[in-house]
Amino acid sequence: MSLELRNVGWNAGFKKIISGVSLRVTRGEFLGVIGPNGSGKTSMMSVLGGIRAPSTGQALLGDQPMKKIGRRNLARHIGFVEQQADTIDRITVRDAVALGRTPYLSLLTPWSGHDDAIVCEALASVEMGPFADRMWHTLSGGEKQRVHIARALAQQPDFLLLDEPTNHLDIHHQLGLLELVRALPVTVVAALHDLNHAAMFCDRIAMMDGGKLIALGTPEQILTSQNLRDVFGVAAEIEIDDQGRCHIRYHAGNQKTGPIKKDRVA
Amino acid sequence: MFETTPVQQPVQPPRQSLAGRAYLVRAGVSLGALVLLVGVIAMAAAKGETHIPLGTVLQTIANHLWQAGYDVDPIDAGIIWNYRISRAMVAAACGASLALSGAVLQALLRNSLADPYLLGISAGASTGAVSVAILGFGAGMVSLSLGAFVGALVAFGFVALLAIPAGRGAGAIILAGVAGSQLFNALTSFIVTKAATADEARGVMFWLLGNLSGVRWPDVYLALPVAVIGLLVCLWYSRALDAFTFGVESAASLGVPVRRVYVVLIAIAASMTAVMVSIVGAIGFVGLVIPHAARFFVGTRHGFLLPASALIGAVFLVAADIVSRIILDGQVLPIGVITALIGAPAFAIILCHGRVLR
Repeated sequence: MSLELRNVGWNAGFKKIISGVSLRVTRGEFLGVIGPNGSGKTSMMSVLGGIRAPSTGQALLGDQPMKKIGRRNLARHIGFVEQQADTIDRITVRDAVALGRTPYLSLLTPWSGHDDAIVCEALASVEMGPFADRMWHTLSGGEKQRVHIARALAQQPDFLLLDEPTNHLDIHHQLGLLELVRALPVTVVAALHDLNHAAMFCDRIAMMDGGKLIALGTPEQILTSQNLRDVFGVAAEIEIDDQGRCHIRYHAGNQKTGPIKKDRVA
Repeated sequence: MFETTPVQQPVQPPRQSLAGRAYLVRAGVSLGALVLLVGVIAMAAAKGETHIPLGTVLQTIANHLWQAGYDVDPIDAGIIWNYRISRAMVAAACGASLALSGAVLQALLRNSLADPYLLGISAGASTGAVSVAILGFGAGMVSLSLGAFVGALVAFGFVALLAIPAGRGAGAIILAGVAGSQLFNALTSFIVTKAATADEARGVMFWLLGNLSGVRWPDVYLALPVAVIGLLVCLWYSRALDAFTFGVESAASLGVPVRRVYVVLIAIAASMTAVMVSIVGAIGFVGLVIPHAARFFVGTRHGFLLPASALIGAVFLVAADIVSRIILDGQVLPIGVITALIGAPAFAIILCHGRVLR
């Protein structure tokens, strides 16, 4: 099973948001997507997740166009966790995770003990088992995010797509969540804001700017001083540790020394 | 390589005993509401200006349904069968439809304040009704109900057309509904102020607040199938409605065909509401509040919530109709007044105790 974008563009109304994006997700990897605000990360993620149909080009799952596969089948292969999703409904954690079974249920295949077991397993894999009967609105931000991931895992996906999963979390929970996701036995594509997190956790990084995918490679190839200056407009040094991992050291006050940002594709 | 090992936690066994008990409780509540519904319809047939014993009511029903051959006074039998039972059945169908539409719209639009009249339907129905009653549209060939039904559909069409270019989202639909309702309410006021006599205005007001007094069996044959079909269609989509818990994108990522669900369910809610409003007028409060009350009893899963809303709405409206007929001697209050007078305090109690909306 492969997940691939071929020369994909997506427009919001008449405005071109992303264009010419080609990307093939390798099985078992942790692929990070980085880029400045407004670079098209979220739009690219939702096309990759089959939530939005591409305006041009093709989105493929297992070499078949997603349009032909159908939304219900897609949901059995791709789990998607949005940037922020909340509810005012009074539901328990278990109910929230149970929603992940939606693509498998119908009148002929109603809820069963098998679904119960999968929900419990999903909760356990994000270490939220003891919270199963807590009400959703009593959870902290980090706990809610874990439950969202459990809901996506209950879909038993081959690919787990996370759109800035660590937003609004403190540093302890940011690292905890990414460690947890890294350890899961699924292929992960995550849009990340923190470049050091991308360096620590990703096998490959896709860098977006102005609605285009401008570079794709290992963290060492992508996270260079040159790229950070050109794309993010920041001055930084990159240190490589003895395990080959890169660490980014930003320089405060030097941002304006970088070149003015390139024109966006508008 | 930043390696971590997954923390293996013992997988909790499914708590079937607890889940089983919850199912039993919910099934019990639903069954109780069904018994209550039958009971309250029988009560509705007994109570009124002339009180008829419950035994006579049951005998009359048995005579009609199974040719039981009980000896019942033909005048009593006529009142029970031709007036009160048909009226109670329509009240039940209407309460069920309005509550169901409210529950569906609240789930789809992710808004606790959504109700069936949000889509401009009651405003359009009243414009249609006054166009027939006061302006004389249709030259006497068109009934008030048909006028109201056409008006409701026109207003809903207007709201839908406005919502599509406005962005199609929940916010766009709600704002388009507000704009449509205001426009058609203003049209109604304009017509009433400009053209109506005092008597006509009073008659129209009575109808607008909800009026079950003209209801007969042909109305039952329309209202009951609409309510039952509406319930079945909504139940078919109950899992899809659950999937909207965390919003539209989340529903899409769970495999729900979002656009189709929106179109089908909004069309169903609009049709149910338009039919009911055209028969009995715009009875307020039921569609907004009953779904919240039902959530308090059975939770937020739509497989339980939808039938529970329908049953509670039906029971509530039949009971409100009984009260509207007996509270003032020799006079029938508009049922909309009763639904709000009883419903608002009852809902306040549920709200405070259950924190339904948080």
